[in-house]
Amino acid sequence: MSAPPIPAVDSPIEHQRRTLSKAATGISGLDEVTGGGLPRGRTTLVCGPAGCGKTLLAIEFLIRGITELGEPGVFVAFEETVDELVENVASMGFDLQQLQDDKLLAMEHIKLNAGDLTETGSWDLSALFIRLGAAIDRVGATRVVLDTIETLFGAFDNTATLRAELGKLFTWLKERGVTAIVTGERGDGTLTRYGIEEYVSDCVIVLDHRVSEQTSTRRLRVLKYRGTLHGTNEYPFLIGANGVSVLPITSIGLQHAASRERVSTGVEGIDDMLGGEGLYRGSSVLISGAAGTGKSTIVAQFCAAACERGERALYFAFEESEAQIVRNMASVGIDLAGWVDKGLLQFRCVRPSLLGLEAHLASMQTLVSDFQPDVVVLDPISDLVHSGGGEEVFEMLTRQVDFLKSSGVTAVFTSLNTMRDADNTEQQIGSLIDTWVMLKLAEGDGTRHRVLYVLKSRGMAHTHDIRGFEISATGLNVSDVHHTTRVLA
Amino acid sequence: MTTDREIWQLRLYVAGEAPASLTAFANLRDLCANHLGEPYRIEIVDLLVTPELASEDGIIAIPTLVRRQPDPVCTVIGDLSNTKRVLAGLQLQATAAS
Repeated sequence: MSAPPIPAVDSPIEHQRRTLSKAATGISGLDEVTGGGLPRGRTTLVCGPAGCGKTLLAIEFLIRGITELGEPGVFVAFEETVDELVENVASMGFDLQQLQDDKLLAMEHIKLNAGDLTETGSWDLSALFIRLGAAIDRVGATRVVLDTIETLFGAFDNTATLRAELGKLFTWLKERGVTAIVTGERGDGTLTRYGIEEYVSDCVIVLDHRVSEQTSTRRLRVLKYRGTLHGTNEYPFLIGANGVSVLPITSIGLQHAASRERVSTGVEGIDDMLGGEGLYRGSSVLISGAAGTGKSTIVAQFCAAACERGERALYFAFEESEAQIVRNMASVGIDLAGWVDKGLLQFRCVRPSLLGLEAHLASMQTLVSDFQPDVVVLDPISDLVHSGGGEEVFEMLTRQVDFLKSSGVTAVFTSLNTMRDADNTEQQIGSLIDTWVMLKLAEGDGTRHRVLYVLKSRGMAHTHDIRGFEISATGLNVSDVHHTTRVLA
Repeated sequence: MTTDREIWQLRLYVAGEAPASLTAFANLRDLCANHLGEPYRIEIVDLLVTPELASEDGIIAIPTLVRRQPDPVCTVIGDLSNTKRVLAGLQLQATAAS
């Protein structure tokens, strides 16, 4: 007797792929978080406080649907006028007018004047259905956005009728087979002010917009997605020059290709300390030390070495201007200006406090994508720490490290630490870093010396020596083991 | 009192022969006969026939009654079953009864 065959069992992901049809949003990162997009032919609620970005997310869902996926759409605006919306998203390069002219997008503004409306006896919203139906037919829409439908509650007194009509509307949308987003504003202890979440059973996405220490961070969470696996974390998202991008850290976290190729730091003595060959390409490096220990000089040398190899380097400076860095480095024999002229080195100097952390991340990622550098420098990350809460900075840096690693870029961060500042953030960041070089000042023989050591360097033999180094008019020189009397800082 | 009055222009938006639409029309006729001494004109717009007018005139509820002339423009929605409320909504005094 042979054993009965073991029935084939789908993995949960296979199962959902077969059973649930999804409509890709085309929004960077969102399809990853939702396992492929929003439930096709169903309604999704996108809710959050005022200014959280729900209207933009909904508009982008339509635009990407039209331009990338061939799905025309209808936008029903209950709050803003069509002209306002067209204007608001123009800055992101979205041309709603053109899409309307091309008959791929229909926009319908529902004007509600609460004041001059009297209700008497029974009524329904069939005129709204008629308008929506006509708009869908006009462009052959398969996607619909209602933004923000709860505004209706301000216009009608008879909320029992209104609720019944909204119930009908959601059923009607499903019958029409359109993939819809309705937006709602967060209520007092509820997802939406009038509880429209009770009509939406398939998918709920919550957006948030937090300000901590004057720095804003946007978050997105898939609260509910019936019949599908989805990421349950809160994901930061950005509103950048190209629209919304959600940053799912966990999905890309540890899948980088690990290069075996080594690149020189540009300082022979440091390469020597790192097993004689320098850093791994695509790794992340932290150079930390007190003020005046030579952090910027080391990273400048690293950039120059990269340019000498014909690679591109992108330098984010948070404390000094380009001119100042170029001048200072010229004084120690590092010619950065030449590489800037050749187009191999680019500076981006900005005070961290000018932008929120999310804006920082967005602009960095855009620049990296545009310039395609081999090396990226962030000098110093301690300035970012002061521009926001420690936890938020850590998260942002994690994403930045992830992003750079997945792009194969070697990343060098500097961090300013003081004696008192046994910095928590730096400790946390240390876990993200592959190679960590500490710079210190030491005293001995009646003078102060610069010393350095490799705190850690993953995946390579490295020395535990404390070595001295000097910065002179001809550059950086690492000397032999330093017999230091006392490390100062 | 002037005798040279403007003609009342009222427009009722309906959706086919839905019960509330029929009731509203009947109520509106009674109301005009009993409370509008002046010449008046009732226009019926069936949005099932001319759906584009819903968008052009910004109508979302059915039935909707709009006082178009004379000013001010005002709107009453529902089957117009409460005469007092309709008169108030149209900014007519209930005492204007003939």
